[in-house]
Amino acid sequence: MKRIGIDVGGTNTDAVLIVDEKVVHSVKRPTTADVTTGILDALRALRANPVAAVPVDAVVIGTTHFINAVVQRRHLQKVAAIRIGMPASASLPPFCDWPADLASLVSGEIFMLEGGHDYDGRPFMPLDIAGLKAAARKIRDAGLRSVAICSSFSPLDPSCETTAREILGEICPDAAVTLSHDLGRIGLLERENAALLNAALNDLAATTVAAFRQAIADSGLAAPLFLTQNDGTVMQAEIATAFPVMSFASGATNSMRGAAHLSGLHDAMVVDVGGTTSDIGQLRHGFPREANAVVEVGGVRTLFRMPDLLSIGLGGGSHVEEGPVRVGPVSVGYKLTSEALVFGGTRLTATDIAVAAGLLDVGDRSRVAALPKALVEGALSYAKRKLEQDVDRMKTEAGDVPLLAVGGGAFLVPDRLPGISRIVRVPHGDCANAVGAAIAQVSGEADQVFRELSREEAIAAARGIAEDRAVQAGAERASLKMVDVEDMPIAYLPGNALRVRVRVAGAIADPNIHEAA
Amino acid sequence: MSEVALKSISLEEIEALAVGAWILGTGGGGSPYLGLLNLRRLYADGHRVQLMSPLDLADDDWVAVVSNMGAPLVGQERLADSRNIARAVRMQEEINGFKFRAVMSVEIGGGNGMQALMAAAHLGIPVVDADCMGRAFPEAQMTSVAIGGLRPYPCTLYDPRGIEAVVTKVPSWKWMERVSRKICVEMGSIASTSKAPRTGREVKDWGIHFTTTSAIRIGRAVQEANRRHEDPIAALLASEGGKKLFTGKIVDVARRTTEGFLRGSATVEGSDEDRGDKLKLSFQNEWVVAWRNDEAIAMSPDLICVLDSANGHAVGTETVRYGQRVTIVALPAPPVLTSPRGLEFVGPRAFGYDLEFRSLFSPAEAGA
Repeated sequence: MKRIGIDVGGTNTDAVLIVDEKVVHSVKRPTTADVTTGILDALRALRANPVAAVPVDAVVIGTTHFINAVVQRRHLQKVAAIRIGMPASASLPPFCDWPADLASLVSGEIFMLEGGHDYDGRPFMPLDIAGLKAAARKIRDAGLRSVAICSSFSPLDPSCETTAREILGEICPDAAVTLSHDLGRIGLLERENAALLNAALNDLAATTVAAFRQAIADSGLAAPLFLTQNDGTVMQAEIATAFPVMSFASGATNSMRGAAHLSGLHDAMVVDVGGTTSDIGQLRHGFPREANAVVEVGGVRTLFRMPDLLSIGLGGGSHVEEGPVRVGPVSVGYKLTSEALVFGGTRLTATDIAVAAGLLDVGDRSRVAALPKALVEGALSYAKRKLEQDVDRMKTEAGDVPLLAVGGGAFLVPDRLPGISRIVRVPHGDCANAVGAAIAQVSGEADQVFRELSREEAIAAARGIAEDRAVQAGAERASLKMVDVEDMPIAYLPGNALRVRVRVAGAIADPNIHEAA
Repeated sequence: MSEVALKSISLEEIEALAVGAWILGTGGGGSPYLGLLNLRRLYADGHRVQLMSPLDLADDDWVAVVSNMGAPLVGQERLADSRNIARAVRMQEEINGFKFRAVMSVEIGGGNGMQALMAAAHLGIPVVDADCMGRAFPEAQMTSVAIGGLRPYPCTLYDPRGIEAVVTKVPSWKWMERVSRKICVEMGSIASTSKAPRTGREVKDWGIHFTTTSAIRIGRAVQEANRRHEDPIAALLASEGGKKLFTGKIVDVARRTTEGFLRGSATVEGSDEDRGDKLKLSFQNEWVVAWRNDEAIAMSPDLICVLDSANGHAVGTETVRYGQRVTIVALPAPPVLTSPRGLEFVGPRAFGYDLEFRSLFSPAEAGA
């Protein structure tokens, strides 16, 4: 297996080549405003090295482009929302819990129609076909080009959503359609929110993925393109174009997965120290532990599969204050190489402290030679206390566990922490996120209510659905492993009702597409 | 009708109520979030809800007792609509031929803590600062009005598809539970219900008083501690005279559905001062018994609350998950529940545990 992994971060675009699971070469280039140029630069730099100028099976990109668009309210388009399931839920229409600024940017037309299902698969109301046709005509006449459709209990029975898409296809064929059951679990409001966000990113996804493809083609590669998603697995570029929201948390996930790969550890705490923040998470079976509850993106409640991360304001660029000594949360960010003392600037940063303490060798060491020893030690012990406290908050085992320290600011992690058996630092740890992209797997998930089945039968049925979905997404069936299973009997429901969620992941199937020799 | 002092409930208080009601839900009752969303929208549209002391009710006033009945999962797909609960109350008025003076929730705990406010916003009548549980319980007969032997009927059930049902007469609260549960299941395992109407006298004699105010106070204590970056759980305990039972991480959750309820247990492995010990929590929709190293240290009707150690918010029996860091606290139960007759309805034996009820609180602490 030969794969190139690329991480498009806020500051740097990293690229690595992995051959048979080993890192052959890695490069870092500045991220550019158009994203594409930065990727092309990184790819050219990578392949300028003769060991890396080999044909590859796949290029995998991890990007925070889409989540940033939502957070920064940029490049979003107007969306028509179709809710199916009236007369229930009428008092809480689409966008009802969105921040006003984001809702006003995204909300186009709102349609609420009869239809939907009950928990046991019975139709809730007959689907309002005439209403759907009228909505489609109005969407066409209003010139809306992206539509989100959400029907009650669609994760159990998606037929109302698929019928609605067919009707839209006849009347307004140019409109892109997002169906909520493709994105979410039980929880109508959160699933609908995911569909609405996805629809709002439709144009941006199309242009961005096209730009990624162009950069790869311009670099002379002919390998298929994949994007990483929130859970540390990949999706084909076509899927990413249709479902940009699935990439929302891929940056942090990739660094944790990359750390697991580089260290060979599958169960460990991970701290990724960047320029501004440190992300603390936990690896379980080689995957990040997911967040429990709802996840807010740009102020919108969703149920995305996101790693359970604690982000703290501590990084290589963190300001260091005196009296009392404090590190962060303010950071010089991307201006580190001009504002830090060792780079000729006037701002005392965590990087300067590390250079003064001999933990790091960058810039001009003489510029920090006069720093009082008490200040240097005070700042390092502040960082240690902060990490100690927050690593413990994220830890879920009573015993000591290893901690993987990655990222450009990993020097801030001390060599000993209570509750931690050992601190593991790995070569290429500063490019862990690109490594994580390169080694990402393909996953599939099922989340359904089963009735009149034993627990084992229900889990087996869910697993079968998840495996089919993984294969459909490009996985090799034989390599699939169950990475998460959860079952929950449903209070009050008859028929031994059991909600089962299963997730499987495996290797990318041989694409049969190779660069011409 | 005499003039009484009503207190306007602010939106800020409703936000606090949502946090407090979820804690008083003792693991059950469903998250109050969707009710909160409804009320935010109603307030944005100019609706206001007034709170009335139960002591200000006239003996012959009629009070509606409301609840959203059904499975929390269905509530995640058929979202709470404030008009439905109002309709269930109107059905009672049509059947009985009288007008309600006010409305109250059957249970302050969980999402039902918000239902009375939603009904009140549409009906233009005040919410009585009282409920029939002071917490949440899984079954219809587990209420102070059942303990008081008050009439269990009629009960109205409403489904927004235009399905309206009335359980006109039953011989006992248990029969009301059985028959209304069947109707609820047919409606899709969710129904807006208005229970047997109560007179002002009955609410004064058998209602559990000032629980809306308690829920707001609890929510505020937690929210304000979080805002000040202080320990929200310490703030809750100080405010309510509660006791911290255990701190740790969830290491096992076993759930099963029997007879239409969610039963099972969650095991917590101790950390900090509880390191080395285990706490097991048995539940039937709500947390019922807490066992420390196999010894029952807290039991219903004392309130057993599992809280997120970081922010003090409640963790429900349907959402509790492996790895969560939790703090378990106990709050005193209303005295009516710990009376000998009360324990027949809501004591450990009512849940099938052969345990003699021992409270963690002295009668003085429980406000008796």
